[in-house]
Amino acid sequence: MTKSVENSPKEDIWELRLYVAGQTPKSLTAFANLKKLCEAHLAGRYTIEVVDLLKQPQLAAGDQIVAIPTLVRKLPEPLRKIVGDLSNTERTLVGLQLRPAK
Amino acid sequence: MNIRVFRSRPASKRNAQKLALPKAATGIQGLDEITGGGVPRGRPTLVCGSAGCGKTLLAMEFLVRGATQHKEPGVFMAFEETAEELAQNVRSLGFDLDELIKRKKVVVDFVRVERSEIDETGEYDLEGLFVRLGYAIDSIGAKRVVLDTIETLFSGLSNMAILRAELRRLFRWLKDKGVTAIITGERGEGQLTRHGLEEYVSDCVILLDHRVIEQVSTRRLRIVKYRGTTHGTNEYPFLIDNDGINVLPITSIGLEHKVSKERISSGVPRLDTMLGGAGYFRGSSVLVTGTAGTGKTSMAAHFARATCTRGEKCLYFAFEESPGQIVRNMRSIGVNLEPWSRKDLLRFHSIRGTLQGLEMHLTSFHKLVQEFQPRVVIFDPIDSLVQAGTVKDATGMLTRLIDFLKVQQVTALMTNLIHGGQTVENSGVDISSLVDTWLLLRDIELGGERNRALYLLKSRGMAHSNQIREFLLTDQGIDLQDVYLGPEGVLTGAARQSQEAREKAGAVVRRQEIEGKQRERKRKREALEARIEALRKEFEAEEEESKRAMGQEQLRENNLRLERQRMAARRKADAEPDAVPFQTNRQVRV
Repeated sequence: MTKSVENSPKEDIWELRLYVAGQTPKSLTAFANLKKLCEAHLAGRYTIEVVDLLKQPQLAAGDQIVAIPTLVRKLPEPLRKIVGDLSNTERTLVGLQLRPAK
Repeated sequence: MNIRVFRSRPASKRNAQKLALPKAATGIQGLDEITGGGVPRGRPTLVCGSAGCGKTLLAMEFLVRGATQHKEPGVFMAFEETAEELAQNVRSLGFDLDELIKRKKVVVDFVRVERSEIDETGEYDLEGLFVRLGYAIDSIGAKRVVLDTIETLFSGLSNMAILRAELRRLFRWLKDKGVTAIITGERGEGQLTRHGLEEYVSDCVILLDHRVIEQVSTRRLRIVKYRGTTHGTNEYPFLIDNDGINVLPITSIGLEHKVSKERISSGVPRLDTMLGGAGYFRGSSVLVTGTAGTGKTSMAAHFARATCTRGEKCLYFAFEESPGQIVRNMRSIGVNLEPWSRKDLLRFHSIRGTLQGLEMHLTSFHKLVQEFQPRVVIFDPIDSLVQAGTVKDATGMLTRLIDFLKVQQVTALMTNLIHGGQTVENSGVDISSLVDTWLLLRDIELGGERNRALYLLKSRGMAHSNQIREFLLTDQGIDLQDVYLGPEGVLTGAARQSQEAREKAGAVVRRQEIEGKQRERKRKREALEARIEALRKEFEAEEEESKRAMGQEQLRENNLRLERQRMAARRKADAEPDAVPFQTNRQVRV
């Protein structure tokens, strides 16, 4: 865990965006899971932007959002997307490239 | 009785449903005819087929026609191509997608689902897609939606259970939205689409197909199902050309066309005589079959000339010769087509049969006929078209062609080459039952030469000659001669001529014999009369002689009596000497 974080430069700011559609249970779960994960691994160097597509539907096309909820890692490059409620922490970490895939 | 019940029920049902099921016209030529008005309004329709069969184009045309002709704006949700690519692709069909987008008639939303970018963890749904689609629909008030090809989602996302549930929800949602949708799907193994989309879209399924037979490709369309309405069930060929998609319904035209009683000349006077004295019916179809070099093209050229002479337009499709070649060749038999061609009454269209598929041919025929508006169309020869497909396809195509021309009241003359060894009554392309008049040109081999003969195999609706005519190509055009029918059988050509000469000679001999006999009788009569004359002369001579002899006798008698009287007077006899001389005298007198 520490190893992979060491690999990425300490000063990196993680810019994350979570697309949801209303306050659905899945969205809430996803946000809670994300928050927990970031605090554990990226404390102090991340931002989370929550986009509610019910309020801003025009934003869906920009990040090619199909599934909800979708977490988009805008920074650092390259762009990554994780769909689902992020209930599987291991997979989420792999998806965010915070941990190398086994 | 069962049958009657069975038949009558769907009819009444059909009528009820016709009213019940609203349809949205696709604006695609022919498709609305087959479906009886278009795809079901407010419901999704599945268009499936293998790669490159025209699914995207059909969907796009549905959208563009809706926006331009039916005031129904549309959303194109593309999963495979970007908006720019799509605009470029359909520009060749004359659709200006960019302009429609600018005028807010069409929205193109490109949805890209890249597996390599996406990880999945836990529960999710496709609400994002719904939001996007809903947003696009609401932004222009869309009535039509195309999803092309939604199955791409299956390769981007791995949770099948979620996808299937969400697709079901999507189609439900589309119905609730009241939009008329076309969903395209790639043809799958053993089922219509790769991921079984037909499971969700149950109202209308259209299958597109692209087949290559003998190196010529043909596109076909079939309505697999259309719930709650009658529809054409055949496979209909369709074309993609610079006007978009053209579906060519075979049976939709039916046999309801008007018929004309007007007769038009075939261009050969003797043939007109054979055809009940007036020629072909206007709007009928004429088939001229024959082996090589029997004068089929010449027959066609005569008809073309007769048409132009009447001041009517004639369209000549030549599949084997160039216009120049036809004009030159026909001049050799005294048919000059060039002036008509220059006046644009006669138009040639030379094209190789193998150049394009039958469907393309058919469409180009349609187009040219509609453009030029001819009264007579000539196809020379139709068997060239068989090379562009199979005999079956060519027959189907010609059926539609004949139907189309009949509806237009255009008279069609088709020539067809029969190859050696085939029976002459076989028209090669199986359309002999479709044509109204069938002329058969054939060779008759006799006495070391081949001669052409013409039969009139059939001619519907008119009394026509059932006799063979000898068909002569002179430098004055076609000449039809009666063949020699006599004890020697049917004779043509030199054999006919020599037989005729023999007969002529025989007649002369007979006439001379009769004349001789007449002369002899005359002579005999003269001889007889001469003899009668001689006999009469002889008789007259004898009569005269006898008269003279009697005169002398009487004289002598008189003298004798006088002598006797004188003697008696001298002798003074008292006897009556008068008695005997008197009697004698009296007898002579009698």
